[in-house]
Amino acid sequence: MITRLKGFARFWYDFFVGDDWTVAVGVVLALAATYALSVAGVNAWWITPAAVLILLAASVRRAARSRN
Amino acid sequence: MNSAALFLTVFLACAVEAVEATTVVLAMGTARDWRSALSGVAAGLLLLVAVVAVLGPAISAVPLDALRLLVGGVLLIFGLQWLRKAVLRASGHKALHNEDAVFRQQLAAAQSASAGGRGLVPDWYGFTVVFKSVVLEGLEVVFIAVTFGANAHDVPVAAVAALIAILVVAGVGAVVRAPLSRVPENTMKFAVGVMLCAFGTFWGAEGAGVSWPGADLAIVVLVLLYGCVAVMLAAALRDRSKASS
Repeated sequence: MITRLKGFARFWYDFFVGDDWTVAVGVVLALAATYALSVAGVNAWWITPAAVLILLAASVRRAARSRN
Repeated sequence: MNSAALFLTVFLACAVEAVEATTVVLAMGTARDWRSALSGVAAGLLLLVAVVAVLGPAISAVPLDALRLLVGGVLLIFGLQWLRKAVLRASGHKALHNEDAVFRQQLAAAQSASAGGRGLVPDWYGFTVVFKSVVLEGLEVVFIAVTFGANAHDVPVAAVAALIAILVVAGVGAVVRAPLSRVPENTMKFAVGVMLCAFGTFWGAEGAGVSWPGADLAIVVLVLLYGCVAVMLAAALRDRSKASS
């Protein structure tokens, strides 16, 4: 039973988070910062696109290094 | 959101997943037993319909801002996964997805697996392999179609795009009876990764309270920005690995 539950959790983790968990954490932090600034009255539309570019570059660079 | 952009994104994403599932169905049908393979398809589709029936109304019940923040965030994480893999493939750091190779592997595994049926299914191995493939690839299709449709307030367009993509790919697969290796799958995955990231960014930030400059036009700018950066990243990684070898 425990093994099946672990397998089920593993499947959804792989489905949504994938190979690099830092990407998921980075997206959550970027959206949280955007929300916090919006509540403070700042239209911080640029945070998420900037975070996406940084996260993508860092993630592929890390993956390429580990494969070299 | 533009219906054409919604249609195109869902169509491309669903076509890519359908190509992968079709390869497995063809391999199992060819090497094992067509009736069991097609039963696996039917059982997988039934499960996916049940998932849509539960997920669709549940998603529609969430308030729009919360839905956009949650779904946008998940789509963005999902899209970054696709784009990351696409950049690594394009730069030679990950093997390109090759339907011919997948077909040969599946065929070899199917030919060496033991025979035997259960209940109404004459070949249990073929049935379970096809069922798993249809469900796994189909879950991504369902997730993309339902979230795009709900966020864009246009579930019918998303559903039609998904259905047409699946019918086209399955139809071509049935006619040629061979893996659809001519479909530019890796390029399509690259494009879908860019689009998922762009829409995920747009909806996620909007749900977090952002008002985008240029309104919906911001999606086009995001697609261009992410597309250009991803192409440049792939080129830079390719150049670096050539220089070091």
